Amino acid sequence: MTTNRRVGLRWVFVVAWALLVGGVQAAGLQVTDDRGVTVRWDAPPQRIVSLLPSLTETVCELGQCHRLVGVDRYSNWPEAIARLPRVGGGMDPNVEAIVALRPDVVLLAQSSRVVQRLESLGLKVVALEPKSHADVQRVLGKVAQVVGVDAQATQRIWRHIDAAVSAAAQSLPARVKNTRVYFEVNRAPYGAGTSSFIGETLTRLGVQNIVPASLGPFPKLNPEFVVRANPDVIMVGDRNFEGLTQRPGWRSIRAVREERLCVFPNAESDVLVRPGPRMAEAARLMARCLQEKAP
Amino acid sequence: MTTTTLQTPVTAERVASSRPLWLAVLLVLGGAVLAVLGLGVGSTGLESVWNMLEDPVAAQIVWDIRAPRTVGAFAAGALLGLAGAVAQGLFRNPLADPFLLGSASGASLGVALALAGLGVSPFATQWVVRLGLTGAAFVGAVLAVLLTLALARGVQHTLRLLLAGVVVGVVLGALTSLVTLTTPDILQAMQAFMLGSTGFVGWAACALMGSIGFVCLLLAWGLSRVLDGLALGESTALSLGLPLGPLRAALVGVLALATGTAVAQTGLIAFVGLAAPHLVRAVVKTTHAWLVLLASLMGGVLLMLADTLARGLLAPQELPVGVLTAVLGGGYLLWLMRKRVG
Repeated sequence: MTTNRRVGLRWVFVVAWALLVGGVQAAGLQVTDDRGVTVRWDAPPQRIVSLLPSLTETVCELGQCHRLVGVDRYSNWPEAIARLPRVGGGMDPNVEAIVALRPDVVLLAQSSRVVQRLESLGLKVVALEPKSHADVQRVLGKVAQVVGVDAQATQRIWRHIDAAVSAAAQSLPARVKNTRVYFEVNRAPYGAGTSSFIGETLTRLGVQNIVPASLGPFPKLNPEFVVRANPDVIMVGDRNFEGLTQRPGWRSIRAVREERLCVFPNAESDVLVRPGPRMAEAARLMARCLQEKAP
Repeated sequence: MTTTTLQTPVTAERVASSRPLWLAVLLVLGGAVLAVLGLGVGSTGLESVWNMLEDPVAAQIVWDIRAPRTVGAFAAGALLGLAGAVAQGLFRNPLADPFLLGSASGASLGVALALAGLGVSPFATQWVVRLGLTGAAFVGAVLAVLLTLALARGVQHTLRLLLAGVVVGVVLGALTSLVTLTTPDILQAMQAFMLGSTGFVGWAACALMGSIGFVCLLLAWGLSRVLDGLALGESTALSLGLPLGPLRAALVGVLALATGTAVAQTGLIAFVGLAAPHLVRAVVKTTHAWLVLLASLMGGVLLMLADTLARGLLAPQELPVGVLTAVLGGGYLLWLMRKRVG
């Protein structure tokens, strides 16, 4: 009687254990994206399509560039993705081209209209939208989960990026510290506020941003505001520089008067404005500008 | 044509009265040809059609992407064509288009607000994800039309309705610009919506547009006598004993529902609603009962054609379909205008 019961108990244990292990294996890996939707895979996805340049860069930073099978038309870094098929833009992607690539996962921005359509076609979609330094770290972690890079390695990559930003800040001489900077995102003009990704990098470099956090990340400014704030240095991309110094009254701005303007070529602008793993390079570019131009 | 003029008046009339039928048959045939063509055009080309039987992904591309987007383009175009015919009849104005009552700007504002709400807070994000951009666009379009009706104090007064529509269009357009300006991250997404696209239409959207289109067509067909009466002037319509108030309201309802559904699924697609009824009238002079049907078919075929070209012209890349409809529709109207003047 007792032996029988013991045998029965043992069976219960075996079955429970098997169920537990089976359950864990069936769950595979899972990731909750920025929409709050949890996506599951049985095995780490091998074929990845990315529809956002910063996500493309993140995948490559994690050393998983070879798993990318398609990218959006704005992704242009690193070199390794130059030959990959383009599947339209992040906001106007080509559904057919994406499906034809048979991806295990599609990485894209939250605001893309294609999310629902791809899901209804049975594809796994992870929507992530990095906007700040903290987001870059978070998204790096999420993408690492998706591609199956372990947490320690991810931590190491993040520490490396973070240390490089600090190093860029420390490379600046003391005289640069209180420089007042205006970063123009585009000619509307939109400025980069203190709470934006670009503004956070400026803060890390220890300079002052003329656009306060209270105005939001990318406020549309009155040109008069910039004249009044009288920045010491202006940073602007090549696409938006044309005519900047001819704006009414801008000649009196110190940065314009003393030619303290950093005009970044397009490739460098991409580095500066994308909240992605190249943020250390962005910090270095800004530090170089400040070293050359700051009073 | 020459044979017709030589025949007796009675036969000429009979020939003329059968012309709408011929046009309908022609449009259905043209649509069928485009539908078959649509299965073979796309970024992966004919390869997907050849491999359809062995390869599930190729089959999915043909049956779950190309087929619904072709059918969806027809349905959306038909909704816009129908709305255009109703609008032009209702307002007795050949320049009236489906977006006249503010539905386009309402839909844009809905989408802009939804996009701006994404990521503001977890609650807002969840809400937007649940409603979807499609839902936001539809709600926006319907609310805008209701606002227009409220401002015009009902549907009695055609001119007041038109003016209220213009006001709502301009004001909501300005609000949309304001929302876009304060959250520049959504600029790109907004632009994609403004250009319109048939690329994201699935079977569910097809079923929705198809059933709403069918209901709208039946209603418009039933109300076509009102449109015929209105064509002779409001006083004539009244003297025919038509209860203009409620019937007009019903027509505005058809207009709003058809436009809102099309805009929600495909974004702002220019010119189809304006050009489709004109194209029909250029070929046949007929009553509104035929016109609403023919304009629907014409709109559908027009958008299918534009969609096929959008996929095929730059393959494997894709053009926004709204750009093509504007070029096609605008070009045709210009030609029509010059022909008339000449």
